[in-house]
Parts: sequence; C-alpha cells; structure tokens
Amino acid sequence: MVPTQYYLILSAILFGMGSVAFVVKRNIITIFMSIELMLNAVNLAFVAFSQSRGKLDGQIFVLFVIVVAAAEAAVGLGIIIMTARNRQSLNVERVDLLKL
Amino acid sequence: MPLLEHLWIIPLLPLLGAATNGLLGAKWPNKIVNTVALSSTGISFLCAVEAVREFVDYYAQTHQVFRKEFFDWITVDLHGTFRAGFDLQMDQLTVVMVLVVTGVGFLIHIYSTGYMAHEGGYYRFFSYLNLFMFFMLILVLAANYVLLFVGWEGVGLSSYLLIGFYFLRKSASDAGKKAFIVNRIGDFGFMLGTFLLFRTFGTLDFTELFAKVSTQQWPHEGWGVFGTFTVACLLLFMGACGKSAQLPLYVWLPDAMEGPTPVSALIHAATMVTAGVYVVARSHILFEHSETALAVVAVVGCATALFAATIGLVQTDIKRVLAYSTVSQLGYMFLACGVGAFGAGIFHLMTHAFFKALLFLAAGSVIHAIGGEQDMRHMGGLSKKIKVTYWTMLIATLAIAGAPLFAGFFSKDAILFSAFTVGGRGGHVLYAVGLLTALLTAFYMFRLIFLTFHGKQRYDEHHVHVHESPWSMLGPLVILAVLSIFGGWFALPSFFGGADYFANFLSPVFSAHEAEGLSEAAAHSLELTLAGVAVLTATAGFLIAFWLYLKQPGKPEQLAKSLKGIYTTVYNKYYVDEFYAAVVVRPLMWVSENVLWKIVDVEAIDGTVNGIAHGATAAGDTVRHTQSGNTRSYAVWVVVGALAVIIILFWPALRPTLGMVTK
Repeated sequence: MVPTQYYLILSAILFGMGSVAFVVKRNIITIFMSIELMLNAVNLAFVAFSQSRGKLDGQIFVLFVIVVAAAEAAVGLGIIIMTARNRQSLNVERVDLLKL
Repeated sequence: MPLLEHLWIIPLLPLLGAATNGLLGAKWPNKIVNTVALSSTGISFLCAVEAVREFVDYYAQTHQVFRKEFFDWITVDLHGTFRAGFDLQMDQLTVVMVLVVTGVGFLIHIYSTGYMAHEGGYYRFFSYLNLFMFFMLILVLAANYVLLFVGWEGVGLSSYLLIGFYFLRKSASDAGKKAFIVNRIGDFGFMLGTFLLFRTFGTLDFTELFAKVSTQQWPHEGWGVFGTFTVACLLLFMGACGKSAQLPLYVWLPDAMEGPTPVSALIHAATMVTAGVYVVARSHILFEHSETALAVVAVVGCATALFAATIGLVQTDIKRVLAYSTVSQLGYMFLACGVGAFGAGIFHLMTHAFFKALLFLAAGSVIHAIGGEQDMRHMGGLSKKIKVTYWTMLIATLAIAGAPLFAGFFSKDAILFSAFTVGGRGGHVLYAVGLLTALLTAFYMFRLIFLTFHGKQRYDEHHVHVHESPWSMLGPLVILAVLSIFGGWFALPSFFGGADYFANFLSPVFSAHEAEGLSEAAAHSLELTLAGVAVLTATAGFLIAFWLYLKQPGKPEQLAKSLKGIYTTVYNKYYVDEFYAAVVVRPLMWVSENVLWKIVDVEAIDGTVNGIAHGATAAGDTVRHTQSGNTRSYAVWVVVGALAVIIILFWPALRPTLGMVTK
C-alpha cells in the first residue's frame, strides 16, 4: 500500500503549483484552472487522510467540495464570459474597476 | 410666632417673583410684571417687619438668638462631621440688615417701575432685581458661613447681570465682567478664610463657632502676631474688600455705574456693598481676637475713605461722584469696625443706605429729567425745574455731609468719636483722616449740588425738555428723604446725656464698646466737642464749594490749570485702572496669548488632535496602495493571509522545528 505521506506530498505540490499559478498567471481561464487545481489538491489530501484513518468523513467532505466546485465553475465561467465580452480580453490586469 | 418659625418665606418670596417674571414675564405687559415684582418684595418687607416684631418678643423672653434649621444641605461624616444646613437666624444685627434690605429694596423697586418704564427687557430687569433681593436676604439671614457664601456669590452674580443689563453696549458688559472678576478675587480669600475656620474649629455655624471661640480661651493675638485668627480674619476681610469695594479691590464699583441707575442705588449703595461690612461685623468675635486684623481693617477703611473722596472731588459724571462717595463711605464703615465700634459701623451702614439710595435715585431722576445726560458740566440751574428732586437730593446731601440732626451726622459722629477714643497716636491719625474725609465729602457733595441745580444753564434748552419725574419715582425719593432726616435719631438722646438706642439695640450682638478710661461725663463732653468739630469741618467743605462753584465759577478751572499735574492724576483716578492693566491684566493677556493660546492651545492641544488626524491620513495614504484594483495583487494578499493564519495556528508545532533549524 502506498504510504499516506506520498499522497500528502503530491497534494502539497499540486496545491503549491495551483497557488503560484493563481498569483502569477494573467489569463483568467488559467487562474480559474489553478483554483480547480488547488481544490483537487485538497480533495486528494482529504481522501488520503480518510483512507489512513479508516473514517468516511473525509470522503463525504470531498463530495461536498466537488459540488461546490461545480457550482463555482458555473458562476465563474459566466463571469468570465461576461468579462471577455465586455473587454474583448481575458487579461486579468484589465479587470481593475475595484480601484479607487 | 408664626412667621419667625417660617423665616424662609422672607427670602423665598423674591425668588418666586424672580422665577415668575423671568420665566413667564417676556410676553406680559408691564403692569403684570410690576405687580409680581412689587408684591413679592413688598410682602417680603411686611413679613420681615412682622418677623422682627416677633423676634423682639422672643428675645425679651429668652435672651437668645433665634435660629432654626430648615433642612440639611451638606453633611459629611469624615474625620468629624461637617454640616452645612439651610439654617436661618435672626438677631439684632440681622434685624437691621433685613429691614434695610427689604425696605430700601422695595422703595427702589417702586422707583424702577417709573425709571425703567420705557426700557426694553423690563421683565428681565425686575427678575434680576428680585433675584438680587433673594440672595441678599439669604446672605443676611444665613446662620453659617456656607449659606452666607451662597448669598455672597448670588449677589455677585445678580450684580453682574444688572451691571451688564445694557449688554449690547460694550462698556456695560465689560463693567459687569470687571465687577464679577474683581469680586472673585475677594471671594477666593473669603473661601480660604472659611476653610481655615473649619479646620481650626470644626464648624462653620455662627452660634457654635462663636461659642467655641469665646469659651475655649483662645489666646489674644497681639500686634504683628500671625496666628489663626489673624490669618482667617485677614482672608475674610479680603472677601469683604472685594464685595465692599475697598482698596485695592474697589475698582469695579465706579465702573458699575454702567448699569441702570436704580441698580446703582440698590446694589452699589444700599445693599450689596454692605455685605462686606456685614461679614466683618458678623465675625466681630474673631476680629476682636486679633489686633493686627482690626488694625488692617481700620487702616484700609480709612485709606479708602480718603482716597476715594479725593477722586470724587474732580469727577464730572454725576453717578461717578456718587460711586466714589460710596466707596469712601464704606471706608468709614470699615474704619468703625477696625476700631472695634461695630455698632457704629452698622449704624452708618443703615443711614448710608437711606441717603445714598436717595442720592442715586435723585441722580437718576435728574438724568431722567434731562434726557439721559450724566455729565454735570452739561447741567446747571435745574433747581427751579425739578423741585422735588432738588429738595430730596439736598436733604440727602446734607445727610451725607453730616449736617446736624440729619442721619449721617449721628453715624459719622459715632465713627469719628470711636476712632478718636480708641487711643494712641494711631487713633488720632485715623480720626484726623476721617475728619479730612468729612471735609472732602461735604465739598464734593455740594459741588455736585451746585453744578447740577444752581448756576447757569449749561444744556441746550431747545433739545432738552426738562420735566419732573412721575410720582412712582418721586414717592420713594420723599420716603427716603424722610428716612435720611430721621434715620439717625435713634442716637439723638445720647447727645443729651441719654441712651443711644441703636447701640443699645445692637449691644447683645456686639458686647458694648464704650470708651474705656473716660468717665461718662467726660466722654459725653468729648463727644459734643468732636461733633462740633465735625460740623465745623463740614461747613468749611460747604463754604469752599459755595465759593468755588457759585461765587467764582471760573475759579475751579483756573485751579485745575495751576495744579495741572495733581488735577490730571486725580481726574484719572490716580491711574489705578491703568496700573492694574499694566501689572495684572496685560501680563495675563500676554500669558494667555503667547503661552496659553499659541503654545498650549495651538501647539499642544490642537497639535495633538491635528497630529492624530494627520497620522491617520498618512497611514491611510500608505496603506491605500495595497488596494490597487489589480485582481492578482488581491490574490497575493489572500495567499499571504492564508499563510499567516497557518503560521499562527501551527506556531506551537513549528517553533521547535524552526529552533532546530536556527541551531
């Protein structure tokens, strides 16, 4: 059986990649994908813990995360499409209406 | 004894009048305001008369001061009990004061209804007058120093309001402030004095305090000894100096003439300024324990009498002459107290209340008659046109100058006699100065009469329609004139070897101070001699005034020119106001402006407040850059925040690991 640490290390790597991409990338779609990557890294950690401790809580949690992620994808993609239409661009730098 | 048991009614009535008029009077016609103001003081006067009658009965039976505690005001149980209650008392001294205050006060109220009839703020004026009466009655009826101080401060407040009655005029509001502030300086001493008394004797109640002083064999403090009594008395006297306009705190009284004339009569002649004399007389047991304090009182009184009289010689404003005359006469009263003749001081207080109120009211009538002019150089020859005013004012002048058989003659004579018999060179000097003051008094009063009523007309007849005042004003003048003639006759029998009724009446309060070492007969003949000298002096004053202002009308100006230096100094009141301005006011202004305003207020207080505001702005300015609107930078902050939360959460677990790393 594969030791739990391996899953955790993989999860940490995926999360790290996700968060770096989240900060560094400019394309909204890419940022969106990196968020998904982080979510799935967390899911992996949940499942790994669930398996190692012999309890189902983690797996149930994962189901919830997937549901929320699906909802978020629906809303998020809607926003992205609107942004793209309005600005003719997917560059996140140009979404700056929050500035004073 | 229905009224004596309810002494509180006497001060309460004027308070009710003040409250009614002050709160509701604004929309009332003058008649209703009159009714309220006059009835409250008039009934108060009648109550006072009845209470005095009852007190005389009471005293005949018990030979005690009447005193009643109405309710507790302040009680503190801490290292011994401090109690200050709403306690009123009645003794012979209070009798005199209450009758003078309510009686003269009532007359002045009547007069005011005529004098103020065409002025704005009618209800306000009467509300203040009544308020003043209330505080003055509290002052004289109080049975302890704390309650007395309530009245003391109250009359200060009312006088501020009344002096500044025409508050739209800057000089009037300034005069009000000046009166209040100068009084506060005296009050400071008064408070310290009462604190010292409480510390030493543990009580501020008159009966208890004076009983303790007389029974406990306190040492008599001789000349130059500064013990408790001397210090306490000097502090109390400082308060008295402020209230009664003595050197060096007299400066407010002449300026107080900015108020309406009835106010000058009520406050600055008959009642409020007598509060200082009253307090000294009330505390006479304390003063008698200290030679120094008595000497200071006598010397200050004597010096003030002379000083103010000299200023009065050359003033041209009719009310200012009277103001300085008041200061001077108050000096007489303190002179009497200082030589231990408290009875004579109170006697003069009473007669002075009559004739000085009359003088002021008559002066008001003159001013009223010629349309607001106060400068005597623009009067003259009025005696034919306003006869009642002329005759009543002449009577008052005779009374204050000490013409035989007029009220002022007896009281002034009693004071000079006491000063002469106090013994030693000091007594004779005091007597001589008193006599000189009497000469000056006669002179400046007759100067006033001659300038105002005799000689050529110096006003423009086409512009000024001279008219006699209404009877609401003349009535009080006549009554006061009668009192100015007969008010001194209590002492009349003493001139024929009989009893001095006034002194006898007051003797339970002041253990009688007869001239010691002189036989009855010798004292009597001495008194007659001194009276003769006083009359001669007054006549001399009259003749000089007569000669200078009627026979040789050009002479005063020549004199003023030939003595230019002295004349201008005296005319400018010895530059005392300028001196105070230079020594006290301007340094205070300088400190206020350069230290308190520019450093403390602007730098420290504003600096702190503005500094905090600037700091907040600057911090905001710096932090503002974090909100760039750049989505990715927000993302960075989210990550940083998440990291921070993780580090805080796992700090206990992380620390040993990090420690190992650093090692």
